[in-house]
Amino acid sequence: MFTLGPLGFAAPAILTALVVLPALWLILRAVPPAPIRQRFPGVALLLGLGDDETQSDRTPWWLLLLRVLAAALIILAFAGPVLNPQDERPGSGPLLILADATWADARDWPRRLDRMEALAEEAGQAGRSVAVALSTDLPPGGPEFLASDAWASRLPGLSPSPWAPEPQALAEWAEASEEAWETYWLSDGLAREGREDALQALERKGVVTVFESPRPIHALTPARFEDGLVKVDVLRAADGIEATVPVVARGLDPSGTERALARVEATFAPGDTRTEAALSLPAELRNRITRFEIEGARSAGAVALADDSLERREVALIDGSGAREGLELLSPLHYLQQALEPTADLLEGQLTDVIPANPDAIVLADVARLSPAEREALTGWVEGGGLLVRFAGPRLAASDVSRDEEDPLLPVRLRQGGRSVGGAMSWGEPRKLRPFPDGTPFAGLLVPDDVRVSAQVMAQPDPDLPERSIAALDDGTPLVTRKPLGDGQVVLFHVTANAEWSTLPLSGLFVQMLERLAVSTRPSVPDAEDMEGTVWTPEEVLDAFGTLQDAGTMPGIAGEDLVSARPGPDTPPGLYAGEDRQLALNVMAEGDTLAATDWPPRIPVEGMATEAETPLKGLALILALLLLAVDVVASLLLTGRFGPRGAGRAAALVAGLLLASSLADPAMAQEPAPTPTSEVVLAHVITGDAQLDDTAQAGLRGLSDVLFARTSIEPAAPEAVDLEADELAFYPFLYWPVSTAQEMPSADAYAKLNTYLRSGGMILFDTRDANLGSGETPEGRKLRQLAAPLDIPPIEPIPEDHVLTRTFYLLQDFPGRHLGRDIWVEASPADAERVEGMPFRNLNDGVTPVVIGGNDWAAAWATDPQGNAIFPVGRGYSGERQREIAYRFGVNLIMHVLTGNYKSDQVHVPALLDRLGQ
Amino acid sequence: MSDGPVTSQAGPQLRTRAEGLASSLPPLLAEAEQLANSVLTGSHGRRRAGVGDEFWQYRPLSVGDEARMIDWRRSARSDTHYIREREWQGAQSVLIWVDASSAMGFTGDASRPAKSDRARLLALALSVLLVRAGERVGLANLGQPPRAGRLSLVRMAEALTGDALDGGEYGVPDTTGLPPHSRAVFISDFLGDPAAVEESLGKATDRSVRGALLQVLDPVEETFPFNGRTIFESMGGGVRHETLKAGGLRERYLDRLAERKGRLDELGRLSGWLYTCHHTGDSAQAALLWLYSALDRSR
Repeated sequence: MFTLGPLGFAAPAILTALVVLPALWLILRAVPPAPIRQRFPGVALLLGLGDDETQSDRTPWWLLLLRVLAAALIILAFAGPVLNPQDERPGSGPLLILADATWADARDWPRRLDRMEALAEEAGQAGRSVAVALSTDLPPGGPEFLASDAWASRLPGLSPSPWAPEPQALAEWAEASEEAWETYWLSDGLAREGREDALQALERKGVVTVFESPRPIHALTPARFEDGLVKVDVLRAADGIEATVPVVARGLDPSGTERALARVEATFAPGDTRTEAALSLPAELRNRITRFEIEGARSAGAVALADDSLERREVALIDGSGAREGLELLSPLHYLQQALEPTADLLEGQLTDVIPANPDAIVLADVARLSPAEREALTGWVEGGGLLVRFAGPRLAASDVSRDEEDPLLPVRLRQGGRSVGGAMSWGEPRKLRPFPDGTPFAGLLVPDDVRVSAQVMAQPDPDLPERSIAALDDGTPLVTRKPLGDGQVVLFHVTANAEWSTLPLSGLFVQMLERLAVSTRPSVPDAEDMEGTVWTPEEVLDAFGTLQDAGTMPGIAGEDLVSARPGPDTPPGLYAGEDRQLALNVMAEGDTLAATDWPPRIPVEGMATEAETPLKGLALILALLLLAVDVVASLLLTGRFGPRGAGRAAALVAGLLLASSLADPAMAQEPAPTPTSEVVLAHVITGDAQLDDTAQAGLRGLSDVLFARTSIEPAAPEAVDLEADELAFYPFLYWPVSTAQEMPSADAYAKLNTYLRSGGMILFDTRDANLGSGETPEGRKLRQLAAPLDIPPIEPIPEDHVLTRTFYLLQDFPGRHLGRDIWVEASPADAERVEGMPFRNLNDGVTPVVIGGNDWAAAWATDPQGNAIFPVGRGYSGERQREIAYRFGVNLIMHVLTGNYKSDQVHVPALLDRLGQ
Repeated sequence: MSDGPVTSQAGPQLRTRAEGLASSLPPLLAEAEQLANSVLTGSHGRRRAGVGDEFWQYRPLSVGDEARMIDWRRSARSDTHYIREREWQGAQSVLIWVDASSAMGFTGDASRPAKSDRARLLALALSVLLVRAGERVGLANLGQPPRAGRLSLVRMAEALTGDALDGGEYGVPDTTGLPPHSRAVFISDFLGDPAAVEESLGKATDRSVRGALLQVLDPVEETFPFNGRTIFESMGGGVRHETLKAGGLRERYLDRLAERKGRLDELGRLSGWLYTCHHTGDSAQAALLWLYSALDRSR
């Protein structure tokens, strides 16, 4: 194949015909346009008249150019031009197709597979043996060279892994093999450690060609909580132009289904590879987030799993003092609020009210007595895993709680009265804190010098006191004690929560201690020490495409390993469960960056797209045809045939040519259905339930036939109306069967419907359930929904003297397939009066815009095209009678629509009275 | 025209159309009524004494008058004898020549009648009017002397409908059967050799025949809407002229046409004939009115 840039020619030999173009030019130039033979009696007057100018005996240059161009195009067309011709790659010997197969590949993995397949097939055609390897999953023992057919069946089984390859593994793997091969490297486009070494190792084996997709690669770092906002960093590999990436927070909604809870757009400034997406969410919503992802990106890197660290804890603060007046600073809760507010959500209220909210921790500040109900609820909550933190105070000291017998909700027994040190009446000085021993939650916290305790409640020296004491004063008296209770624990600070008994609440230590107790927050990243000895089992793991899958029976991982682990075969990214919390291992870690691979210039880099060959033959021929059509018009113009007489023929010719060229696209021939303007057409609303729509159509067909046969209304075939697309003004009457499957019409459609109702249209709503009055049926509810945005006047059950009862037939029942009396029409005005001696009231205005009922009229009316009833109605003769009455109702209804309240005119009264037999 | 059982197998259509055209000429009739009462009654007075039915004048008896000519009733009222003179009444002979050459078969537009169609229609309509006025009408092509009466109309209609255009590129007025002192109407496009027309006109004038020249042209012949390389052929194909740029000839063609018209007009004025040009694109009534009034004036 002969190629010219991106153009190739299947039959380049034909191109030599282009040589004749100059000759063609000369020939065309010499031949003047053919003359018109014109019969003309006035020729006698013309005899002897010569032409002034001799110029027009030559074809004008632009017409020549046009024709030569057309000829050139035809030659080009038959030379078989092809855009992006697929040319074979030269090469011989074994071929290794190496794919990175990381999470970054997942986004266009099918395309990569296609590419690999195409490369393997091409190599197979060249008689080369092929090996395929994934750098994240290298086959042990070097590449396995097989015939390309063997790979064709194995390729679809390959899948990317949600982690990056080991830095040195590829280089070592390549060097381990003795063989030499050529390499096609399908890179994921990300720079990473070890690439250069691997490239060199592969180059030692043979030629390396790199294939890279130009698609942008995006990734998300784990979410973090800062300044009241949830923040996620969005990374990209190529620092190109400004770009916006939509980030979605997903989680369970209150009904338990997963959906997008929040959405934010992260915008990269030009040249930046990192940007930040910040979400401001209510705590309730935030706690439900399970993952962040870049919308539309199917890649594990574009997913950031959220573990417990995002959740803000809910802490209930209970103040035992009740309604107490006093300075704010003396409030037992003040310091707690100050300490917890930035990091936790605070609940306040009665204990019985907050326990059902299931807070993570409950703080009781100087609460001594609990009612039995509260005690029971609180115990149950703690045993279920709650953390109860109690602070002492005058009340607790004065009470006899946990005096003789240990209270389940206090960690220790207390001595009566407590003690006071360093006061005006005591000998000692206020006590400092003893440094926290190892093995307690507070280990490692620095004790500031200025923390003094001047009063406390004292624990009874029980045998298990040392074990339960986790902080003590420098004289050894316990300051903080705790004990487990069920799955939860109870912690007692032996001082008050305000600064009355100690300066502890004033110091930073107070906040740290609360943190350590995990009152305020769980540490976001536990360090290795905390994790030591724990075993974390993967619960759900991410695949490379960013979907969570059940981990199954994967082995647990030691905590200390998990802390520092990067995603890999042994530690796949996902959610790991420990004792009391979950940890997420994400593909990207905090602080990671993405960068595009910078291949050395000696390596050829090709695009990933398997560019399809685009044959241009048809296009060139069409162009030539168009040029020839232009030539036709131009020639006609030039020879004077494009006059009023010639124009018609020329236009027909051009139209014919254009038609011929557009025949390829049959869609162009479609036209919108003509709207009925000359005939009365009954219509029904398309509900989306195909069967129901068919029934409605058949029903209206039956009714139309009856109208045609019995009345002067001669409707055309009924039509289906799409509320969104169709103009309603042409239809006097719409039948709307209510289906629960129907989607709510759009606001535009409702605007149209309201205009329709206001301008005199009528809609017959049919719930088809014969049970309208109660509104209990699903259709009834649906009807309420559908009709809510409609501008419907007050309605009432049809009164006996409504004009519908006598517009054509005299009726009192309006059955369809069901026999229900309840049909609703617009309420008559309250001042309608009955004239003396007249059987009905003076109601002369308006047509009811809606008739609502549930008798399934369409089914009763429905006939097939031959006129046979489709659905049975009732039984036997009475059933047929019912169908007849249904038809009569239909006739009356359409009469009412078309003639209005004409039959209400008192002029008809004598005739009606006569017919009524009165 | 419900009177008279005029039936003809050959030319009912042309005749019906012609009579239709003639019957829709109220202005002409009104004018004729104003001018002379005799238009409707038949023969015309010659505004001088002679043979006729209408009273002209009483004149005193002079020498040579026969006694039977004396109008006794008038003479009894005075002492002298009077003779009652009648107005001289006589029917006029009109000979119509319609060009039947192939050039007349031209039409520039399918929706327009050919020139010959229009010419024949006008000729017959004029004949209807003249016959109705009691004149004698004849068709030069028919080679028969002018006759009065409705029967001649039928014959003329047959002649005009029946034969096709009889060869000849351009027509030459036929003056063979032309009676002296009669009237003649030549209907043609006069695009042929003007010398022939001149000669015919000279012959007619020699017999003291006066009349009207009606030139019937297609609008295309008047506008010459041609462009580009064109071979013009006469209708018979005998004459042809090729041009490479027809648009360039337009001005000169129109000049020549105007010159031809001017010559015909001049010719008419010199010999006491009237000339006008009629386009097939225009209403035929105008031409008929002109023809009728032209004959009326020259009468």
